[in-house]
This record gives sequence, C-alpha cells and structure tokens, in this order.
Amino acid sequence: MTDLAISRRSLLKTSAAGAALGLVGWPAFPTRVRAAATTIGFIYVGPKDDFGYNQAHAEGAKALKALDGIELVEEENVPETVDVQKTMESMINLDGASLLFPTSFGYFDPHMLAMCKKFPDVQFRHCGGLWDKSKHPTNAGSYFGYIAMGQYLNGVVAGHTTKSKKIGFVAAKPIPQVLNNVNAFLLGARAVDPTITCQVIFTGEWSLAVKEAEAVNALVDQGADVITCHVDGPKVVVQTAANRGAFVCGYHASQAPLAPEKYLTGAEWNWATVYTMYAKHLLAGEPLPNFTRGGIQDGFVKMSPLGPAVSEPARKQFEATLADIRKGGYAVIKGPLKDNRGKEIAAVGKAFPETAIELESTSFLVEGVQGSTS
Amino acid sequence: MENDIGLWGVPLAILGGAIRVSTPFIFVSLGEAVTERSGRINLGLEGTLVFGAMAAYAIAVETGSPWAGVLAAMVAGAGFGLLHGWICSFPRVNDIAVGIALMLFGIGIAFFFGKPYIQPSAPNLPAIPLGDWSSLPQVRAALNVNVLFLLGAVLAVALWWAFKNTKIGLIVRVVGDSADSARAMGLSPTAVRLFATAFGGALAAIGGAYLSLYYPGSWNERISSGQGLMAVALVIFARWNPLGCFAAAMLFGGAGALGPALQSVGVTQGYYLFYAAPYILTLLIMIATSSPGRQLAGAPGELSITK
Repeated sequence: MTDLAISRRSLLKTSAAGAALGLVGWPAFPTRVRAAATTIGFIYVGPKDDFGYNQAHAEGAKALKALDGIELVEEENVPETVDVQKTMESMINLDGASLLFPTSFGYFDPHMLAMCKKFPDVQFRHCGGLWDKSKHPTNAGSYFGYIAMGQYLNGVVAGHTTKSKKIGFVAAKPIPQVLNNVNAFLLGARAVDPTITCQVIFTGEWSLAVKEAEAVNALVDQGADVITCHVDGPKVVVQTAANRGAFVCGYHASQAPLAPEKYLTGAEWNWATVYTMYAKHLLAGEPLPNFTRGGIQDGFVKMSPLGPAVSEPARKQFEATLADIRKGGYAVIKGPLKDNRGKEIAAVGKAFPETAIELESTSFLVEGVQGSTS
Repeated sequence: MENDIGLWGVPLAILGGAIRVSTPFIFVSLGEAVTERSGRINLGLEGTLVFGAMAAYAIAVETGSPWAGVLAAMVAGAGFGLLHGWICSFPRVNDIAVGIALMLFGIGIAFFFGKPYIQPSAPNLPAIPLGDWSSLPQVRAALNVNVLFLLGAVLAVALWWAFKNTKIGLIVRVVGDSADSARAMGLSPTAVRLFATAFGGALAAIGGAYLSLYYPGSWNERISSGQGLMAVALVIFARWNPLGCFAAAMLFGGAGALGPALQSVGVTQGYYLFYAAPYILTLLIMIATSSPGRQLAGAPGELSITK
C-alpha cells in the first residue's frame, strides 16, 4: 500500500516536469538546481526569536552563514505532527537539502525516523533524541548538550540568593531532559544549603504563556524566591517572576535584558559549535557522527554573565564549581541519593557523571523536589 | 516561615487567577454576546483577539503608550468586525464559514506583522492595588487588579441594563429575534448586524490587548492558545446574558488557575486532569441546565445555529 502512495509533492513535481517537456520540448531539468552549494535545513517548533529554545538554535544556524558553500533553509512554527514530515519532504525535494536539523523533541519519533527511511541519501540529526545504533537508521543521529550542568550552576547561585530556602521550577513536560534540569537545579542549591527545597510545576506544554505566568504566581505565593524554568520561551516566566519580586535564573538563551536587576545567571546553549562541526564534516565529504554529546568544557553550553544581585560568596562557589565542571566528567547525581518517593537512586560511592547514558532516560525527581512526574 | 499561607494558597490562587486570567474571556464573550444577540455568529474572534494582541503590543512599543495600543487594537478589531458584517450582508453567505476564514486570516496577518515585535518590551497597562489593606504579599498580588478587568465588569452590567432598558438594546434584540418584524418596524437588519459585529470585534481586540500588554504581558505567536474560541463558546454557556458572560469568564479564569495552584501546595499527581477542569465544569453545567423539552433559553431566534 504505502509503496504505491504518491505524495502530492511528487505528483506535482512529475506533472510540472511533464508540462515543461510538453510545452517547450526540452528535457525535464533536474530538481536539484543548487548543486553548487550544500543546503542545510533547520526546522523550529516556535518563532526563532523567542528568547528561548528556538532562538538558541537559530543563533547556532546563523553561524553557518559565515561558511562558504553552505546554504540555509529555515522554517519556524512547525508543529510536532505530520506537518514536520511535509516540511522535511519539501526541504529535501524543493530546496535540495542534504542535511536536516529538526530541532524539537517531538520531531524524532515517528516523524524524523519515517523520513530517514524514505530518503536514505539525506542526513538527519535531531536535537535531544536518543539515537540507538541497534534500532535507528544510520542516516539519523542525535546531538545534545549536558545543560543540566548549567542548571546545577544556576542552583548554586540560587542557593546563595534564596532567603526563604525555597526555589521554584516551571517545567513543560516530564521528559528526561527536563527532569535532569530540575534535579540539577535543586542539587546545586543543596550544595550550598542542604535544607533548600524546590517546587516544580508542570504546565504540560512547551509554550503556554498564560499557564506559565500562573505557575510563576503560584510558586511565588508559596514562598519561592528564585525561579527558573524549562519551557520553550522563558520570556513570560522571567518577566512575571521579576514583576513579583523574585530572582530568576535563565534557560536556553540569555534573558538578562528582560530583568536586568533580578537576573542571576542562566544556562545557555551554544549550538554554533555543534552546527559548525557538522557543516565542516559535510563540506569535507566526511561521514557525520551519529551520536554527539558535549558539555560546558566542549563549548556546547555556556553560562550567562552573573547579574548584579549575585553575592560574593555565590560568585566564588559558582566559579569554583564551573572550574570543576570544565575538567569533565562532573557528577551531579551521586550517592547516597534518594528520589522524592524514598526510593534509592544511587548508593554510597555510586556516581553518574554528566556523560552517563542512564541520565538520558531519567524518570525520577530527587529528594527535596516537590512535584510528581505524572 | 512568616508569609507561609499553605493550603490557603489554593482558594487565593483561584481568586487571583479568576481576576488575572478572565479579562480576555470577559471582553470576547461580551462582544460576541452583542453580535449574537443581533442574530449573527462571528467565529472569527480568535483571529481578532490575536491580531488585537499584536496591534496593541506593536503600537505600545512604537508610541510608548499602552493606551494608544488598546485604542489601535479596538480600531483594528472593529475593522475585522466590519469586514465580517459586510461579507455576511450578501445573500446566502454563511456567517460561520466567513468567521472561520477571518479567524485564520487574522492569526496569519498578526504573525506576519508581529514578527519584529516578539523581542522588544512594551510598557504595561496600569493596575490598581486593591489589596493594600492586607499585610500578606500574596493577597496584595492577587488583588492587584487591572483597569481593563474593572472596565469589563462595568461593561457587563451596562450591557445587561442596556439590552433591557434602552432603545438600542431593543433594536438589537428585535433584529436578532425576527428580521421580518424588524423590517416591518422600518429597521435595517443588515446595518444593525454590521454595527453589532464591529462592536463585538472591537471588544474582542481589547481582550487581545490585555493579553499582550498586561497578563502575561508579552507578544508571541502562542499568546492566545484558543482563548478566543473558548470565549465564543462561553456565550452559549452564559445564555447570551452579559452578566452570565462575566460570571462564566470568572469561572473559567479561576478553574484555569487550579492546576498550577494545586501543584504548588503539593497535590502533584494527575495535573493533566486538573488542567481539564474548566472543560469538565462546562460539560457538567451544560448537562445540568439543558432540557429536552425546550430550546435553549434566551437564544436569539435568527441565529443560524438555532434556526
């Protein structure tokens, strides 16, 4: 059945070629007219200037414009539905893209995997997915950064700044990347003061402005005085928290201009490193790595400059921790550690360094986090 | 801890949420109530809301005055309403289909023109601190009431009174209940509906201005998440009564705050279910108030869904 199905686009293409043939009597010209340049496609789930996730990717993509022989195609506001398959097909067929970056979490399975099978000559690299050699095609792959280390550093500064000993986290969905960030934020704060607790509120969606604002209000009402988040566009969270007088730690990109007085620091992506690496491999005709991970020391993640409200002891501990993380292999999750239901996660002496593959399927919240994953 | 309010946070959040979140619902549903009372349905108000949010934000950024933004949104909203009313004044044009088309159109051009305004920050609308009597910062925050919310409350009462007691109210109702009687009285149903739709559009756009200029107070492409559509449904729920619209909007705002508030006090299981609370509430009230024996009470007779 599926083998016989003709997509509308291929039908159009064929008929257009046929029409050209009939009218002018020339042979149908090849669809990949731009063979001289290598085309790379970027797909974003939201607007690319959202002060957040998509902006971070778009800034990384912009770095490729400096490279010779690379052409970019971008599309924003593509939902995590069959729409993204159409976008990918169109980038491949109409723009001649040979490498695609579908950047949103929900694009991976089944959408990107379906396209990988349909277009075996095109390379796909997904942000955040867990590519598995035994399960997934070889023209697929994934890249991500250990940004939880950034949230750990956020937590260190938050731990020094909080007076109520309660910090808050506005989270979108309980997926491993988000849970790692929540855990790291609390553990960073507990490295300063082990009595600190963190309240997490899940909004259920990547971008829901009103609900995010309500979540911040609820957290501040319950006494949280440092807030961070993991949603696609932290703009609303940062503004609402600052309006309520709470301090904020940023995420994805720098939100310092939105709340210059209240912004402590932030965990930012530095995707330019990753995208430039892929593009150079592609231009050199070398195979692209399938599984790419990196942390602060690899230039995948960076921290926003510390804000004016950060105290001197906080700055010292922040810089010492940052130096430790730069050595590589830093473990935030280490024993003895329990989850917030009392189950043991790591026994004494057991540690999961940032590179531990187990962390990519985290399903727990550590002790001290008030919240639940379902 | 000094300011620990514990479980009191939940009712407080519901009250605060009702005040903060309800305003767009109030304006859109009041506007739609007027339009539907004149016998026409404008489903395009979601588009008007989003465009109003964008226009208000853009003008506020450019001029530095949030009220100029609200005014611009009203003008744009009235324009959308006039367009809808004008297209529907042709014979055999379906108002629901035109509404859906205008909804998509409004959202589309709002995204198109709104692109450069996602990053800049606009001045916010002022709020009146009604909670200064309290020593609790939580209460003060919840009772920090925006001017537009108060305007919406006044408007709901004014419209309710005007429908009953004024000539204009009577004209709108007559046109909505029977176009033939209206014509016999020498009224032009087309003209009345045109203005009623424009009025509805202007109000809906104020709701959008509230979203982008006060709460949550920024313009982006996901700002509305369907609130305009929900508000249109609220009108039926409120039986075309402006006071009912106000109450229903408050109910929705409060129910929407329930999910985050419960999580913040430690009720963390099943938050997806709490997020569905407003919709479950709607279903229950619709079932409780419906009757197999009669038509929806208060439904205008000329409305294409009830005819």
